[in-house]
Amino acid sequence: MTGIRTKRLSRSWAGDLILFALLAAVGYFMALPLIYVINNAFKPINEILKFPPDFFVRNPTLNNFTDLYYLLAGSWVPFTRYIFNTFFIVIIGTAGHVLIASMAAYPLAKRKFPGKGILFAIVVFSLMFSATVTQITNYMTISWLGLLDTYWAVIIPAIGSSLGLYLMKQFMEQVPDALIEAAQIDGCSEFRIFWNIVMPIVKPAWLTLVIFSFQGLWNAGGAAGAIYIYSEQLKTIDYALGQILAGGIIRTGPSMAATLLMLSVPILIFVLSQSSVIQTMSTSGMKE
Amino acid sequence: MKKSRAIYMMIAPYFLIFFTFTVLPVILSVLVSFTNFNMLEFPEWVGWRNYAQLFVRDDVFLIAVKNTLIFAAITGPVSYIACFVLAWIINELPPKIRAVATLVFYAPALSGNAFIVWTLLFSSDSYGYVNAFLLKWHLTMEPILWLKDPKYIMTIIIIVQLWLSLGTSFLAFIAGLQSMDKTLYEAGAIDGIRNRWQELWFITLPSMRPMLMFGAVIQITASFAVAEVAVTLAGFPSVQYAGHTIVTHLMDYGSIRFEMGYASSIATVMFAMMLGTNLLVRKMLSKVGE
Repeated sequence: MTGIRTKRLSRSWAGDLILFALLAAVGYFMALPLIYVINNAFKPINEILKFPPDFFVRNPTLNNFTDLYYLLAGSWVPFTRYIFNTFFIVIIGTAGHVLIASMAAYPLAKRKFPGKGILFAIVVFSLMFSATVTQITNYMTISWLGLLDTYWAVIIPAIGSSLGLYLMKQFMEQVPDALIEAAQIDGCSEFRIFWNIVMPIVKPAWLTLVIFSFQGLWNAGGAAGAIYIYSEQLKTIDYALGQILAGGIIRTGPSMAATLLMLSVPILIFVLSQSSVIQTMSTSGMKE
Repeated sequence: MKKSRAIYMMIAPYFLIFFTFTVLPVILSVLVSFTNFNMLEFPEWVGWRNYAQLFVRDDVFLIAVKNTLIFAAITGPVSYIACFVLAWIINELPPKIRAVATLVFYAPALSGNAFIVWTLLFSSDSYGYVNAFLLKWHLTMEPILWLKDPKYIMTIIIIVQLWLSLGTSFLAFIAGLQSMDKTLYEAGAIDGIRNRWQELWFITLPSMRPMLMFGAVIQITASFAVAEVAVTLAGFPSVQYAGHTIVTHLMDYGSIRFEMGYASSIATVMFAMMLGTNLLVRKMLSKVGE
């Protein structure tokens, strides 16, 4: 596979260099918020409160992290409980969304059945409707279904979000029909074709979807949780940190540390899924 | 018959949830847009009154529409093209550098509300980085009120929004480029593709069409829905409504005044605008690679 791409068309050494320099310059600009958060998390309190602020840390310290640890150790609900809640919601929500949305996307991309066109059109239209006004009707539905104050109030709506289905359907359209027909002749059931043939081919797509879904639930889990979940024992890390750190200016340092920790989990997921995309692409081909 | 049963079994779980939590609320919201609803009393049917008021009496709404259209017209196409071009360049890098580059470019979208950095840069006193720089080089005599002066608010929001916009479609394009059938390039070379631009136009873009469609829809939705950045940077409401958009107008009536009927009609108008734009873009994209 790699042999083909080594022959590059009309490229010059100087052109590559300019391109690379441009990428690096824009890249630095793009990475500013990460650099900012990382630097602030390691700043001692006098540097955080310094005015005008310095962008880079001068005397890095771990104090913010130890302070954060002591603050959290003193909370009423054990902090491990918040961690469990968050991971439960994020992992079940992400896995459910990727699996169920992909499963529905396969027939939409590769099979003919009545109602297919209109179903997909509705999914696309729904992406364009503002969530601000649908919140109230959603609240009513969730309350009516008896899901209020449970994890499911956050998880189930996330499973049915339109983004995943749309993304997976678009990628599955690229899967060669011949592969699916061959599997059908071999007697594979629809579900096995989906699971054993289509899903491995569109691995870059669903790993990307894992990033979106994880990130969305990780950030919005707190916001949605604040609306639908009342019990202290069911709240997420986001909420817990918000409560603990609402203690004013003296807790600015720990809050910077918390921001970095909260950010590092989606970044880790991102890095993991990106590297497995690269690994699989060198081995799996889409040759007909 | 047995085959179609399997198909319906596969789509059922998703569409059950989707209809309950997405379609139903949207339909209800459109219905509510024809009523007067304060969330306490039962909605009262008023027909087209909300819409009439929106377009005839509500001057602020017209400012919001104008601002939103300017945002969409600039950030939409620019970020869409940037998403693709960057994804395309990054995809040709060696795997390890590619992973790092993807992370770096995706960083603004990943870091939640870290765009607060920008309020630091454009801080209105002489301590703001931009002002400090301008003063130091004697380009201005006194600090500029970047986020309070209607002259600058729009431009700054557009810059920040562009910086933030390498998100969903950027990653989708990268995934799309990585799952491309590489034998197509081989076939193309045999068929007389001579340079990278021909390769891009005749092979890469046409086989990416489904992802390009996806990116277009996501990007249109994002560029019409500018609100968070505007509120964080310029405040709510912004000076002389200079950073007011349809969504901030919606937030005003939906989450502050609780006039749900009116808020729903704002949402419906925005939906119609996005839909129109989408149909237009769809037509343009169908010409790619011809």
